[in-house]
Amino acid sequence: MQKLMVCIKRVVDYNVRVRVKPDGTGVMLDGVKMSVNPFDEIALEEALRIKERVGNIEVVAVSIGVADTQQQLRTALAMGADRAILVQTDTAVEPLTAAQTFLALAKKENPDLIFLGKQAIDDDANQTGQMLAALWERPQATYASKVEINGDKVTVTREVDAGLETIEVDLPAVISVDLRLNEPRYVKLPDIMKAKKKPLDVTSMDALGVSVTQFLKTVKTEPPAQRQKGVFVKDVAELVDVLKKKGLI
Amino acid sequence: MNKVLIIGEHDGKTLNPATAKCVTCAASIPDSEITVAVLGSDTAAVATQAAAISGVKTVLRVDRAENQHPLAAIFAPQIVALAADYTHVFGPSTSFGKDLMPRVAALLGVAQVSDLMAVVGAFQFRRPIYAGNAIVTVAADASRKLVATVRVASYEAAATGGSGSVESKTLNVTLPSHTRYVGAKSGSTDRPDLQTAAKVVSGGRALGSADNFKILYSLADKMGAAVGASRAAVDAGYAPNEMQVGQTGKIISPEIYIAFGISGAIQHLTGIKDARTIVAINKDAEAPIFEVADVGLVADLFQVVPELEKLIG
Repeated sequence: MQKLMVCIKRVVDYNVRVRVKPDGTGVMLDGVKMSVNPFDEIALEEALRIKERVGNIEVVAVSIGVADTQQQLRTALAMGADRAILVQTDTAVEPLTAAQTFLALAKKENPDLIFLGKQAIDDDANQTGQMLAALWERPQATYASKVEINGDKVTVTREVDAGLETIEVDLPAVISVDLRLNEPRYVKLPDIMKAKKKPLDVTSMDALGVSVTQFLKTVKTEPPAQRQKGVFVKDVAELVDVLKKKGLI
Repeated sequence: MNKVLIIGEHDGKTLNPATAKCVTCAASIPDSEITVAVLGSDTAAVATQAAAISGVKTVLRVDRAENQHPLAAIFAPQIVALAADYTHVFGPSTSFGKDLMPRVAALLGVAQVSDLMAVVGAFQFRRPIYAGNAIVTVAADASRKLVATVRVASYEAAATGGSGSVESKTLNVTLPSHTRYVGAKSGSTDRPDLQTAAKVVSGGRALGSADNFKILYSLADKMGAAVGASRAAVDAGYAPNEMQVGQTGKIISPEIYIAFGISGAIQHLTGIKDARTIVAINKDAEAPIFEVADVGLVADLFQVVPELEKLIG
């Protein structure tokens, strides 16, 4: 094993409560704090742990996005990635285009494994990893909560609705990670300084030969329906009363 | 005519109720004709169940030894072969469908609409983004095949009583050997399935330990309810991940959801918004869970749970 690629996405920070623009054209993003998609942080952490365990592995962090996405790639470098590539674009890309772009990078870099988060917390699409694996004609192991590498195979425990499922896949493969795989490390100040000197290449979809297709047009964006205000009860007896009246217990 | 192919989810014996929910969604597409495909090593039983869903015209059986376990890399090329005659290909937004459908979409070279929650037109749908903080209406190109996962919490299961025809399909598709099923470990419980249960009791970090969660199991068993947990409780190790409800866990729509000691982070609320009635019990009167609760009780859960169990007995 020589190289691990980690795909990360710049998203609105987990703690920001996103609001819809009054004119319904999207959500308010001006001045909002941006971060690495939390699932992608877990993906990167896993790659770094493999590197630390096995040694002599290069970890490449890649992303697609606006010029400022360099900030998130610098965070990845500070966490421990060896180098980074930004495919710079001002247009929002759909998962299939993202997968095509990562495929172009995979064909150049030839990683043994590609890690990414199971979903991004902005569009919640949960597609890119599976699409990338399909286009690359390689295995996918989604929702990973445990990753064990044995030579040219990987055993992955997956979080599925019924519990846990284990599959074995041949390398190279795409692994999308779930929450419980690991706890990402905190970045320390000296690492941030060091990260400034690490290579960060900027390229474009044009240069990679990827054409952007927009399949889906967003017609409008609305806030979700609000639930009606409820009532407070004073004790358990009254609670049981209310629920019995509603025929719920 | 819109020809919708739904990929049925099953365990070899029983068709998952998510499939009948996909049928309800597909039936709301104007001028639709619904086919359900079941892939497995022996799909006789589940094909019969699928044919009995009201609104299903045809059930396609694809029996093959390699299909014993639902591996996306194995299923996807077969679904692509089946999809030729259809305008829409739907799967449920369960871990099965979420894993599989994007692989199908990519092989078809088309986009996917994830978590379809409402049909606006044959190629126009509503779906949640930002953990349900916003709902977008998206329009897809009607000249291409449309792949989607159906947000099962948004739909009731279609009734039984249908009489679709069952057809066996032999597909000439070469399957990859790079992905192998090893095994599964389920939460082995006699309680109702969390995803489809009518009643759910759920606990948050305030439970304090895995041991303390037992009081919820006891209450749930008395009520015939499933047990859920907040991400905070799962992260703390108090409950297994398959119990997680929320943006990164299960999105559920029970008749009644009783939240004990759950503060109500937006990521959790997105998983329960479709519940008919939400009951919240929390010591903190300011907890955001009360903003969405139909019935709230400001109290210590450790006093409420045993008392509730006694009173409903």
